[in-house]
Amino acid sequence: MVENRPFLAVLTHLVLIVGVLVIAFPVYVAVIAMTHSKETLSLSAPLLPGGELFTNIALVWNYDPPGMPPFWRMVWNSTWMALIIMAGKISISIISAYAIVYFRFPFRTLAFWLIFITLMLPVEVRIIPTYEVVANLGLLNSYAGLTVPLIASATATFLFRQFFMTIPDEMMEAARVDGAGPVKFFFDILLPLSRTNIAALSIILFIYGWVQYLWPLLVTTREEHFTLMVGVRSMIGLVDVDPQWNMIMAAAVLALLPPVLIVIFMQRLFVKGLVETEK
Amino acid sequence: MDTKRTVFPSKGLPYLLVAPQLAITLIFFIWPASQAVKSSFERQDPFGLSTQFVGLTHYLRLFQDPLYLTSIGRTALFAVAVTAISMGVALLLAVAVSRVIRTANAYTTMLVWPYAVAPVVAGMLFWFLFNSATGHLAYLLRYFGVVWNANLNGDHAMILVILAASWKQISYNFLFFLAGMQSVPQSLTEAAAIDGAGPLKRFWTIVFPLLSPTTFFLFIVNVNYVMFDTFGIIAATTNGGPNQATNVLVYKVYSDGFIGLNLGSSSAQSVVLMAFVILLTIVQFRYVERRVQY
Amino acid sequence: MTYPIRSAALAALTLALSTSTAFAQTEINWWHSMGGELGERLEAIAADFNASQSDYVVVPSYRGEYEESMVNTIAAFRAGEQPHLVQVYEVGTGTMMAAKGAVYPVYQLMADHGSNFDPAAFLPVVTGYYTDTEGNMLSMPFNSSTPILYYNKAAFEAAGLDANTPPKTWEEVEQFSQQILDAEAAQCGFTMAYTATWTGTENLSALHNVAYGTLENGFGGLSSELTFNHPIAVRLWEKLAEWQASGIYAYGGPAGGADNAPKFYSGECAMYMNSSASRAGVLANAEGFEVGFGMLPVFGDVAGAPQNSIIGGATLWTLSGHEDAEYDGVAAFLTYLSSPEVQAAWHQATGYLPVTLAAYELSQEQGYYEANPGSDIAIKQINLNPPTENSKGLRYGNMPQIRTVLDEELQAVLNGQKTAQEALDSAVERGNQIVREFEAANQ
Repeated sequence: MVENRPFLAVLTHLVLIVGVLVIAFPVYVAVIAMTHSKETLSLSAPLLPGGELFTNIALVWNYDPPGMPPFWRMVWNSTWMALIIMAGKISISIISAYAIVYFRFPFRTLAFWLIFITLMLPVEVRIIPTYEVVANLGLLNSYAGLTVPLIASATATFLFRQFFMTIPDEMMEAARVDGAGPVKFFFDILLPLSRTNIAALSIILFIYGWVQYLWPLLVTTREEHFTLMVGVRSMIGLVDVDPQWNMIMAAAVLALLPPVLIVIFMQRLFVKGLVETEK
Repeated sequence: MDTKRTVFPSKGLPYLLVAPQLAITLIFFIWPASQAVKSSFERQDPFGLSTQFVGLTHYLRLFQDPLYLTSIGRTALFAVAVTAISMGVALLLAVAVSRVIRTANAYTTMLVWPYAVAPVVAGMLFWFLFNSATGHLAYLLRYFGVVWNANLNGDHAMILVILAASWKQISYNFLFFLAGMQSVPQSLTEAAAIDGAGPLKRFWTIVFPLLSPTTFFLFIVNVNYVMFDTFGIIAATTNGGPNQATNVLVYKVYSDGFIGLNLGSSSAQSVVLMAFVILLTIVQFRYVERRVQY
Repeated sequence: MTYPIRSAALAALTLALSTSTAFAQTEINWWHSMGGELGERLEAIAADFNASQSDYVVVPSYRGEYEESMVNTIAAFRAGEQPHLVQVYEVGTGTMMAAKGAVYPVYQLMADHGSNFDPAAFLPVVTGYYTDTEGNMLSMPFNSSTPILYYNKAAFEAAGLDANTPPKTWEEVEQFSQQILDAEAAQCGFTMAYTATWTGTENLSALHNVAYGTLENGFGGLSSELTFNHPIAVRLWEKLAEWQASGIYAYGGPAGGADNAPKFYSGECAMYMNSSASRAGVLANAEGFEVGFGMLPVFGDVAGAPQNSIIGGATLWTLSGHEDAEYDGVAAFLTYLSSPEVQAAWHQATGYLPVTLAAYELSQEQGYYEANPGSDIAIKQINLNPPTENSKGLRYGNMPQIRTVLDEELQAVLNGQKTAQEALDSAVERGNQIVREFEAANQ
């Protein structure tokens, strides 16, 4: 920082600590819940840890009732699905944003709005026709059916557009003077500059794919393609039985681990940015 | 819509670049959406065995329904509250994190990963905290003399869904504000500091204007989130009640269409909602984006 | 399959080798909504059936909660990917029945493909809900239940009440609750699930033998009008508002009411009305006190009450559009499913009602009801009297929406925005619009 103001530093940390407490509190409740027995949880939501942590983790890890794949298999499916969606969304969005900002071509505005409007169409609202399309293409029960319909991304395209607009025109002019074509400019200049945005988006998009529930439930009817969220939801089984909160919470917390790894991994790109600005 | 002053002169390349995105959009979004528009003019049984064209019947009925009209106002309140809270808190946290270099990493992790809690689990957690029987926050409020009962008190229920919906979005906004701040050149703030500008003044005169593309992006995304993506949270906490106090437009689309299987009316509602948000977005692009500094 | 040459070659190969039985087996897809322990039980039934013969293999698939599974089925049907069997909740019955081209009625299926199917073997109260006016069974009852009363014996004793006598009338519910409150044996008298719907209007109407709607509660045709704003419902709803204010009753939320169960488990409320299938959960969670069971209360001064209660839960529907050989398999599976042994085991493990008389008798022979006091309350309650046209069930399309309306209107009564009469009148008016919309869409 530019100057040293102890009061401001204390205030900053205070804001952050309160922020973390508020944001992470529901997760804290879940973590605590996974250390208790199901009997305790049916009566209250405790705030202090209990002694059932390992029992519950073992329960979830060995959770393999008929009709559900083993837990690790669902983690695997979810991870793949989230990674494909993340990579797919980022690649097709960054190139379409590049086209929209750095080229002038007929129907450019139309293309932008067509992509943009998908922001306003959550899958639940158009579920029956979307399912029909996927079924007609023969994509039910496949990784393609799980991921491709979710890969179009208005958000990512829009974000890259916003970011590209802030890059000074002089950069491109200089590149052109040096004889760089559009492909070279994209890979040598634009992509490295977009690093922090890609990192932020990767986290968000991985999580987007990770928490998908309804779509995977509909397009997969074979247990080998079931994802973790389908598994967790089946444990909640709200029909006439009391949910086993200890197991659900343990599963929910274990389900947080892959996203946490992604957050930590992608964050290195962030921190690099922070440190570089200190130069 | 603007592009750069100078652009690449290429005939085929830009089409190639937008092709994958456009193809997926057309096949999996635009086509199904046009089917939804079509069914808003039809009356059809859920299995699609018999269909009759009914013209504007569904739309007319909607706008004659006083309950639908009140839910428009409720939706506006909900949208403004959630957008303001989730963006305001996120900006504050992002500014704070960018001031603490050494611990930034830890704070960021703690602030971002709650976002990965699946919506179905998040709804459950909020029920855990706020239910009138065993919820901690309900208990805490009782201690302060507030008899918390979101099951029957409409204001309590509204507060509950606003908090839950905002909570879900703070991490998202935080991450993009933080990414946006990375691109603010340090040299600018340093120069201002040398000129004697305090931290608050530096933020308002330098950082915040430079964040405007991010803010605009988040503003649009958040409005869309509130308008279209919050029915899951409402379904998990209040079911639109008590007596419709939290029945916002998108929840009604969801409950009439997805649960009630009244496809025609639900499609008409989603068309109205989409038309409304598209209008809002165009206004934002025309008037708000002008103030954005690229 | 559009590869005749390849599949012919494949068939030849299979014949020649005839090693793998998997090729010869016909697959029956069964979509369901049973999560957790119930899901495991259901899968076990399928596995046992698969092991019992070699012609068919039943493949169950969890499809989310009832609403999700229903949407999934509809989407799949429209895309030609429907399963053979699907589990549909009772409020989806009207929708399924109206979908004549999509459904293969069970009686028809059994006549075409089943060998010795006897509709008379089924309990009339259970199947009545799912038969047409000519008495034909349209879907196969699977998990049926009815609401009953659970009570905290310790709280009853602490209040000086007889722990073995549950209240039989609403007057007694009020009186017992007051006594419990006065003795500070609990903070609230009672709570109930589906207050505005399954328990507080649908079963209320059936138990007092008054019509929920015209034309035999909708059984007689789609042009039925709702009439649940009758004096009995008004009376209960008025009382609920009064009791809510005095602490006798605590509202636990719309639909099933997520806050109900914890209130009873924790001892906050002394009585609790919910599905008979909640029995296992109640027994497992009510620690520190013994649970008693009773029938749903009625108003003591109404002649003929209690009539009989109606059921809820789900049934299995067969969808059209498959091969004959596959329907042979479905029929074989449904026959297996309704055999006394399978039924009795499912009934005893889950608390759902037995579907056939034989299963009920088998459970009696096995001494199940003696060993588990209170477990036959539900069966007795649905069999109190031969069902009348007001008490055999309900049949309305878009039923989930009608239930939402009722939830909203009851909330308006409980928070003082409306009187019971106003709320029920408004519910009838709004409900009738929904019913008319469904009628128009299914002509």
